[in-house]
Amino acid sequence: MRRVAFGGVLLTLVAVGPALPVPGKSGAPTTTYSDAGIEAQLVRIYAEIEKNKLENALNLVESLLHQHPNFRLGHLIKGDLLLARARPISTFGNATNAPQERVADLRDEAVARLKAYKQKPTNNAVPRYLLQMQPDQKHAVVVDTQKARLYLYENDKGRPRFVADYYITHGKLGADKMKEGDKKTPIGVYHVTTSLPRQKLTDFYGSGAFPINYPNEWDKRQGRNGHGIWLHGTPSDTFSRPPKASDGCVVLANTDLDALAKNLQPGLTPVIISNEIEWLSLDDWQKERAALNKTIDTWRADWESRDTDRFLRHYSKKFQAGKQGLDEFAKQKRQVNAGKEWIKVKTENLSMFRNPGKEELVVVTFEQDYRSNNLSNQMKKRQYWIREDGNWKIIYEGAA
Amino acid sequence: MPSILPKQLRTSRLPALLIALAIGLASPIAQADNLADIQKLMKNGQYPQALEKTDAYIASKPRDAQGRFMKGLILTEMNRPVDAIAVFTKLTEDYPELPEPYNNLAVLYAQQKQYDKARTALEMAIRTHPAYAIAYENLGDVYAKLASQAYDKALQLDSANSTAQGKLSLIRDLISTGNARPAGRPTTVAKPVEPPKATPTEPVKVAAAEPAKPASPPAATVAPVAAPAVAAKPIDKPAAEPAKPAGDTAAAEGEITSAVQAWAAAWSRKDVKAYLAHYAGDFQTPNGMARKAWEAERQQRIEKPGKISVSVADVKVTINGDKATVKFRQDYKSASLNSSAGKTLVMIRSGGKWLIQQERVG
Repeated sequence: MRRVAFGGVLLTLVAVGPALPVPGKSGAPTTTYSDAGIEAQLVRIYAEIEKNKLENALNLVESLLHQHPNFRLGHLIKGDLLLARARPISTFGNATNAPQERVADLRDEAVARLKAYKQKPTNNAVPRYLLQMQPDQKHAVVVDTQKARLYLYENDKGRPRFVADYYITHGKLGADKMKEGDKKTPIGVYHVTTSLPRQKLTDFYGSGAFPINYPNEWDKRQGRNGHGIWLHGTPSDTFSRPPKASDGCVVLANTDLDALAKNLQPGLTPVIISNEIEWLSLDDWQKERAALNKTIDTWRADWESRDTDRFLRHYSKKFQAGKQGLDEFAKQKRQVNAGKEWIKVKTENLSMFRNPGKEELVVVTFEQDYRSNNLSNQMKKRQYWIREDGNWKIIYEGAA
Repeated sequence: MPSILPKQLRTSRLPALLIALAIGLASPIAQADNLADIQKLMKNGQYPQALEKTDAYIASKPRDAQGRFMKGLILTEMNRPVDAIAVFTKLTEDYPELPEPYNNLAVLYAQQKQYDKARTALEMAIRTHPAYAIAYENLGDVYAKLASQAYDKALQLDSANSTAQGKLSLIRDLISTGNARPAGRPTTVAKPVEPPKATPTEPVKVAAAEPAKPASPPAATVAPVAAPAVAAKPIDKPAAEPAKPAGDTAAAEGEITSAVQAWAAAWSRKDVKAYLAHYAGDFQTPNGMARKAWEAERQQRIEKPGKISVSVADVKVTINGDKATVKFRQDYKSASLNSSAGKTLVMIRSGGKWLIQQERVG
C-alpha cells in the first residue's frame, strides 16, 4: 500500500489544530482558484493526497508551480508525488542524497503554512499589543515568529480589524535579539521608518524593504545592539525562504511584500514583533485599553494640578530618561513647577502598544501640547509604562 | 527471420510479430527478407548500410510502418536523435494507435533530458495500450527522473551526476502493426488504392483502432464528480430508453456495478477463468488480436508472480437498453507497476449477465 503510506507521511504534517472543512469543491480537479493563496492550495493538495487522489494532487501542485515557478516546497511535493508513482516512498522529501537540513526547512515551511491556514485569527479576538492605534495610523503589523506569520490589521475607528496574514521568515537563530550579528529577530514595539524601493537594493532583498527602528529606546536601555532590521522581500531564485533563515530581518515573499507595502506608512505604521502573539477577547481588550487610558489621563491631570508629588507618583523608581534618573527628574520638576501659575496639558493622537514579552510594558506615543504661564511647548512624546505592584508607572519618557 | 529478438519482448506476442511483418505487402517473403537483411546489418553494427537499405525499402513503400520504425531505430543507433525523433514523431502521427513509436520517442526525449515530453509520449503509449508493461516501466523511470528534477528545484541540488538512472528501454520491434492504419483520412484520389490491400477482413479492426481516440480528451471523461453525474443521468435516460421505468435502470445500474466489482475482484485474486468470463463473446480485443492470443496474453500477465490489486472507484454508468458505458477510475497495483487511470468499459447484457464488450483507457 505505498500510496496510503505516502499519504500518511505527508499527512503527519497537517495533523495540527482543529480540522476545518477544506474549502472549494472536493474531488473535481479544477486548475484555477479565485482565492489563490498558497496555503489554500496546499491544503487542497494535502486533502487530495489524503483521499489517495494523487493524480489530482499532482495536477494541483503543477498548477501552483505554474503560478509560482520558484516555490521550492511545491517542487518537493511534486517530487514526492512523482516518485510515488515509480516506487514506494517512505518520507516527506524522499530525494536521494537530499541534504536533511534543507528538507527539514521545507517541512517546517509546510507545517507553518498549513498551521497558519487552519488557525486563522477569529473576528472577536485581537492581538493584545494593539491597545490603541492613533487615528492617522491606518494599519498595524503584528508578527508571530513561532508561527512564522505576519498579521496585518486595519485601524477601524480605533478597533483593530484583521485584514490579511502572510508567511514570513525570521532569524536563523530565532527571536529576542540582543547583539549585533546574533542572527536573531528583535522582539518589541517598532515602526516602519522608511521605504527602500527595489532599485536601491540588491536582488537579495527582492521587491523592496522597510527598515524598522530597532534598537528602540527600550532596547538601548536593555543594552541591546545591532542595526539594519528590515521587513523585506525575497531573492528572485526562490518564492519563499525557510521559517528560520534570515540574519534577523522579517522576510516576505515578494508578492506578499508588495501587497503589504501598499498599507505601510513610513514613520508611522507600527510593527510589533512577538515570539507568540497573545490574543485577547474584544471585551478584555476594551477593559485593558480603558484602564490604561484612564491612568494616562490621571497623569495628565496631575501634571496640570502643579502638585509635584501627585505628579511624581506616576513615575517608577527605576525611571530613566537619558542620563537622568528619578531623583534628578523629580528635583527638576519641583523647580519648574514652583514658577508656574497655571499648566495646561493636552495629549493628542495617542497610541498605546503593549510590548510583547514577560514584563508588562506599554509603549505610549502622543502629541503633547503643553502650555503654562511662562512656557508653551509642543512635542511628540514617547513613554514606556510598566506595571509595578499592580499599578502602571512611567519608566521612560522622551521625545519620539 | 529476425535474429535479434528484443529481450523485453513477451513471448506470447511472437505470432503477432510475424503477422506484423507480413502486413501490407504483395510479396510477404520478399519483405521479410529485406527487413531481415536490414536487421542483420544492424546486428553487425553496419548502420550506414542498414540505413541505405532501409531508405531504399521505404522509397518503394512510403507508408510502411515497419520500415520507418527500423529507420528510427537505426538513426537512434547512429546517435542521430533529432532525426530519429522526427521519424518516430511522424509514425505516431500516421499510426497513433501504435505504442512502440511513442515509447521510443520517450526514450529519445529522456536521453535529451526532456522528461516532460517523454512522460507525455509514454502516457500516450499506455493510453492506446493499457497493458503495455515496457511503457509502464519506462514511465516509472521517467517519473523518477521528473521527481529528481523537482527535488533539485526544491532543494537546490545538482543531482545530474549523483543519481545514475537506469536507461529506458528502447523497443526494437514493431509488434502491433497488425492493424496499423494511417490516421490521415485518405482524401486524395491516389491513396484509396492502398487500404484495400491490407484490409480484406477489416470491419472488426476499424473498431479496434478506436481506442486511440480517447487520447486527446481524457480529462473531460474523467472530470465529473460523483454528485453532478447522478444529477445528469435522468437527462440521458429518457432520450436513450424512454420505455424503461426508472426502477429498472436503477436495478441494472446495480447489476452493472457489481459486475465491474466482480471483474476487478477476479483479477485481483488472479482467477483467470472468472476474469475472462466477464468478457463477451464479441469482445473487441486490443488491435483486433485473435481472441485466443489475447486470452493467453491476459493469462500470462495475470499469473505472473506477485500480488495484484485492482480496485475501481467513482463508477459512473450510462445505460442504453441492453448496452451500458461504464466509466471509473482503476487503481492497479502489482509487483512491477502501479497505476491509477480512468477506464471505460462498454458492457452488454447477455443471458442476464453484463459482459464486457470493449475495454479502453480514458
